[in-house]
Order: sequence, then C-alpha cells, then structure tokens
Amino acid sequence: MDSNELNSPGFDIPPEIKGQIAITSLDRIYNWGRSASVWPLMFGLACCAIEMICTAASRFDLARFGMEIMRPSPRQSDLMIVSGTVTKKMMPTIVRLYNQMPEPKYVLAMGACASGGGPFKEGYNVVSGVDRFIPVDVYVPGCPPTPQALLNGLMKVQEKIRGESIKNSRWYKKGSDLAEIPIPILGPDLIDPRKLDLIKNEAKLQEQA
Amino acid sequence: MTTPAAVQTLDLSTRFPDGATPDARPGYSGWLVDKSRLVEFATALRDEFGYDYLSSVTGVDYLPEGKMEVVYQVYRTTGGSGVMFKVQVPRQDPVEVPSLVSIYPGAEFQEREAWDLLGIKFSGHPDLRRILMWEGFSGFPLRKDWHEPYFEEEAKPYKNRWPDGKIVQAESNNPYADNIAYPPDFSPEAESFDPEKALYDALRKYQKNEIGLNTDHIIVNLGPQHPSTHGVFRVAVMLDGEEIVNLKPVMGYLHRNHEKIGERNTYLMNMPYTDRLDYLASMSNNFGYALAVEKLMGIAPTERADYIRVLMAEMTRISNHLFLIGTLLNDLGAYFTPMLYALEERELILDIFEAVAGSRMMCNYFRFGGVARDFPEGTFQKIKEIFFERLPGKIDEIDRFLSENEIIRSRGVGQGVLTAEDAIRYSVSGPMLRASGIPYDLRRAEPYSIYDRFEFDVCTRKNGDIYDRLMVRFDEIRQSIRIIQQAVKQIPPGPVTSVKPMYQVRVPAGEAYGRVEGPKGELGFYIVSNGKPTPWRYHVRAPSFINLTAFGPMCIGQKVADVVGILGSIDIVLGEVDR
Repeated sequence: MDSNELNSPGFDIPPEIKGQIAITSLDRIYNWGRSASVWPLMFGLACCAIEMICTAASRFDLARFGMEIMRPSPRQSDLMIVSGTVTKKMMPTIVRLYNQMPEPKYVLAMGACASGGGPFKEGYNVVSGVDRFIPVDVYVPGCPPTPQALLNGLMKVQEKIRGESIKNSRWYKKGSDLAEIPIPILGPDLIDPRKLDLIKNEAKLQEQA
Repeated sequence: MTTPAAVQTLDLSTRFPDGATPDARPGYSGWLVDKSRLVEFATALRDEFGYDYLSSVTGVDYLPEGKMEVVYQVYRTTGGSGVMFKVQVPRQDPVEVPSLVSIYPGAEFQEREAWDLLGIKFSGHPDLRRILMWEGFSGFPLRKDWHEPYFEEEAKPYKNRWPDGKIVQAESNNPYADNIAYPPDFSPEAESFDPEKALYDALRKYQKNEIGLNTDHIIVNLGPQHPSTHGVFRVAVMLDGEEIVNLKPVMGYLHRNHEKIGERNTYLMNMPYTDRLDYLASMSNNFGYALAVEKLMGIAPTERADYIRVLMAEMTRISNHLFLIGTLLNDLGAYFTPMLYALEERELILDIFEAVAGSRMMCNYFRFGGVARDFPEGTFQKIKEIFFERLPGKIDEIDRFLSENEIIRSRGVGQGVLTAEDAIRYSVSGPMLRASGIPYDLRRAEPYSIYDRFEFDVCTRKNGDIYDRLMVRFDEIRQSIRIIQQAVKQIPPGPVTSVKPMYQVRVPAGEAYGRVEGPKGELGFYIVSNGKPTPWRYHVRAPSFINLTAFGPMCIGQKVADVVGILGSIDIVLGEVDR
C-alpha cells in the first residue's frame, strides 16, 4: 500500500509533500500495519502442512505478505493455520495453543479436514472440523489446497483485518467473548467440558431405555 | 538369492512335524503355527533358516469363525521371498498370544498397535500400552463388532447416498450431533482421566541409579507441537543432566483411522486414501497398494503402464529425499536456506505430477492393471529436460554446498549410530538400513514390477550415523535419476491399462502381501479379501512407523540436543506413522 492508498479521502495534501505525508484514520493505519505483518503459528498437522511449507518457500513466497516469520510459539503469533486433519488426541493441544495466543488472533482452517473432517470424517479419532472447538475466520477448501488457494485465504484474512475497527474490536472489550476455551478431556472418548450436561442427560436416557 | 521355495517348504515341515501346518484355506499361503510352539518356531526360523528380518506383524479379526489371527511376515536380509506364518486363537477375552519381541525386537511397536486396535494381548511384551489411541479409550476399533460413532453401514457405498441422492448427515444419527460415543455406564463426573500416567510409568520403569547418589531424572517432552518433529509427533525423554537415559516416542496425534475406513471402502476407493499415508510420496503408496490388489486379482499392468509406474515412483523418491535433505538440515541448524534450494527442485517434479495426475501432492494416479491416464502432450519432453539436463547438476550443487560443511560433519558424524545388527533386529528398512551397511533394497532383493530391467546400484554406507543417512539419500537420488534416464529411453508406446476401467473390481477371496521399496523404506500392504467388494482386512506396513522402533535405542546415551537430528535422519512422515 503506498501513501496514496493509505490517505483517507477528503484531505488535500500540498503537492510539495505528497508522497511523504498521508493523512488517514487511526483504524486504517493500525489495520494496515497489522495486516501486513501477520505472523502465523508454525504449526503443521498433516498433508496440508507440506503445502504450507511450499507456500513459504521461494516459488510462492509468503514474504510478499509479511507473513514469512512463522513463530513456533503461540505467544508470538497472530494467525493459526490449522493445516490438516484434527484428531481427538490432538484436540486438547490445539485448544491449549489457541488459548495461549494473544489477542487479536485469527484462525484459518486449511483444507477439507480442518474445515469439516474431510475424507476422514467418519474416522473414530477424527474431529469433524476444528470449528467445533475454536472459532474459525477463513476456510480454505481443497485436499490439500494448492499454495495459490492458501495465499487467497491469507489475503481474505488480511481483508478481514482491514475491515475491523478499534472502536468495536472484540479484544479491547470486557466480557465472556474473551474467556478461554475449556480444554477437552481425553476420556473413553473426547469429552467437551461445554457439553457435560448433554452427556449426563444422554446417560440418563440410556439408563431408562 | 537363496534357497528355492520348494526346499524351504520341505525343511519347515520336517523341522516341525507337529505344531506347524501349511495354511490350506483357498487363496491363503504360509504356515499355521500352534500358539504354544510360536516362540520356538520363530527362533528356529531366525537361527536355523536365516529369516532374520521381521517385516510385518498384524492381526485379523475373523468374526464369523470366532477367531483372531496374528500374521507375521519374515524375510532374509540376503534377499529372496519370505515366509508368512500365522497364529490362530479363539476370539474371547483376553485374546492372548506370546510376544516375539525377544526374538525380533522390531515387533515391539507393531505388537503394541495390534493390542491397541484389535485387543490382542501379547504376553511377555515389555511395554504393552496403547500406541495410536490414548490410554483409557474405550474399545478396540479394528474389531469387526466395534462401531465408530458415525457408523452407518458395514460397507460402502452407503445406501443413503445412492441412488436417489438424498444425503443424511452422519451427525443427525448421533445423540451428541458429533463424532463421539461413550460406553453405556459412563458418567463424566465419577471418573478422572489421566492418559499420560501410563507413559510416565513406562519411562520410570527403566530408572537406574548406579552411582548411588539420590539424584532425580528429569522428564522433558518434545511435541506434539514442536517445530522439529515434522508434524504432530511427541517424544518423552528422560534425562540425566543432558544425557538421555530413556526415550519413548508418543504417536497417534494424526491417527486418522486409515485401516478402519479402508475396510469399509471398496478396493478402488482406497486408492486416494493411500495418497494420504505418506503424503510426500503418494505415487509410491499407490504403487504398493496396486501391486497387492493386483496380486489378489491375478492381473498385470501393460508394458507402458509398468514404465510409467517406475518413472513416477522414482520421481517420488527424488522429491521425497530432496524434502528430507531440506528438513534435516533445518533440524541441524541451517534453518530454512537448504530447504529453499531443495524445494525449488521438488516443485519441478510436482509440476510433472500435476500434469499427469491433476494434483501436486495427492496424485491418485494408479489403477488396478495400469495407471489412470497417459502423459499429456509436452510432459515427456519436460521429464527429459529435467532429468537429463537440470537435476543431475543441481544435486551435485546441493551436495557440494552441504556435505563437507563443518557443522554438518560435527553434528552428523558418529551421532545416533545404528549398527548393522541392530538395524536388522529392529526391522529398520529403506535408506536407514542401507546407511548401516546392509545392501537390502527390495528393487534388487525381491524385484517387483520391472525393476529387474534397470541398471542401478544399491547405495550403502558403513557407519549408520546421521551423516551417512544424509549421504545415502544423495546417492539414492543419483541412482533414481539413472533409472529414470533408462526408463525414458526404453518406454514403449501402447495402452496404459490392461483392463477396462471400472469402479468396482472383483477380488477373489484370499490374502496378499504386496511390498515396495518406498522412499522411506519397505511399504507393505496386507489385504484379506472374502470375495466381497470391500476388503475384510486392510493393513499397512508403514516404514516410518517401524523405523521409529530403533529411535529410542539410538538416542540412549546421546545428548538431548541430538534427538532432533536423529529424528530428522529417520525421515518420518506422520501421516504414515499414525495412519
């Protein structure tokens, strides 16, 4: 984005300092900075992770989007690319990683498995989409999505960031929205603590039957 | 090559006049061994007959007959065909079979897998815990009477998707509208869950304190989210200072139920699933599966298809090894730069895959009796350009940049040594076995497809350390280029499939074990058919899973920082480890 694009309309800038000065809104410059330096979490789950690595390599060059710095630590990253099949055994870890990421944070579900279970949906160890537990911002279809598709998805994330405003952003507010997501438990099957009542009811129903 | 098959048969039946009988079921082969004689039989096979290499252990649930069967495949590392033997036990709890870990330590993880998924208890196993699912999971998923939460029918295609096109979502049949199910007497509050306890107990079992000081060992976990584990792999290490005293790999974080889904799928439906096993080498997985099913069906591909298959398999090997060179160097501290060089070349190969198969990674290209389609126009020319002009020089260039580098030498030479004897004992295969000095390559030892027509060397190195494992991959890339160059010159015109393409193939009842030399090692498919459109048992002998058996023993005594390098040199892909 050059200074002309950044400049909010309605302000005339004298020609002699054009190109050096831009008058813009706080939202716009704040989001401009954020969207051009999204640091993804270095986090690969399955096949899609290989395409993610290819996207980061020279041919597709993630650095063009300011995203080449993949952080292995969730504390330093803004974007979680869920690249691959989410299994029940992995789910507690994913939720924990998500909870550890600082706000503002975004989630991109890469590929069919992360979006809804994909070809492995019927498997006994497969979670039918990561959005059962954590909120997803952008879904990228494909099995695996090509690097081009992933880049398109990342641009959608940038678009979303540019459309946000400090005034009503979630992470500056108080409230339940920012509460940590309870970590699932590995029992006889995966237990979602938010569904405990449902599980208890079902057990009662089964007893009666 | 060793003794002809006829002599082996004779020897075994004279050696075991009772307790071992040839498997006479139609379509089956091998030996049925009495449970009480199993250990004796296996010891004799190893020590007297020279079958020193245990390739695969798996179980089959014959529910209608009320039996469970454990199937073993053993081979000689000098080459030739192998021996299959089986133990049958009644299907009642507990299903118990003596463990063969003391004879073939390579059985350790495979027996744990059979316990985890089929509930076959191996008595005498040193560490029988669940391996792919977590400790505390209810049921044994691969048993035929166990149903997953989204269960619809025993076999595909499911009725609700066919033929009037009304789809019922699997969620609507589940009380939780999710992929979960609990045992009937389950109450979430009454129980506490700790799947980790068994792991830490197993680690502590080996705690020794030789100097008599009251010092504590530290347990460190690497993963499942760790940049150097190549995916969702976890290692629990027990440390004495910086030295590793015990190490347990923890897997299953990508266990996506390949075998259970595979037993519901029709034969052809499994082809795209095999792509997702070792997702860096999808063509090679297709190859193994196609060979196993073709063996059962009794068909052979056409001449041209054979050549295309070999071309694709060798390209896969090159692209896989390039990826390994990149990631291993990344692990050893060179960060992403070697990866960029390696991926640049890999992309060229992926372009060819995309042209012939329509997808960069998940090729789904092989069919029973041939391949899906012929090369599109211009692809052949591209292959020639890449493999005659570009790649040989580029490999030398990468080699020149890396192999004499001081850091790579000091981190690689003499680290993570696996001796030749240990490599065989732990059933290690592929480049890892050859780096330890065993010239065992299936393309030579038991040639499949048309590999007997090509000139190439079986690459070996002597020391079996990280550095040799890296170098063996460079050598293999060069040999693969040689094979491709020969195949390009010899490939004949003609049809690419020997049978009419069809959705449903007829597979006669019986069993087959097909194996290929994949880039990671010996990739085997064990398939049992009962004549129906879906396989009764579908088992994958995953090389990177079994190569991990040697991971713990290789690391013990090393420093904790070397774990990453040793793991990188094994070359695992989690899709295949966990399946």
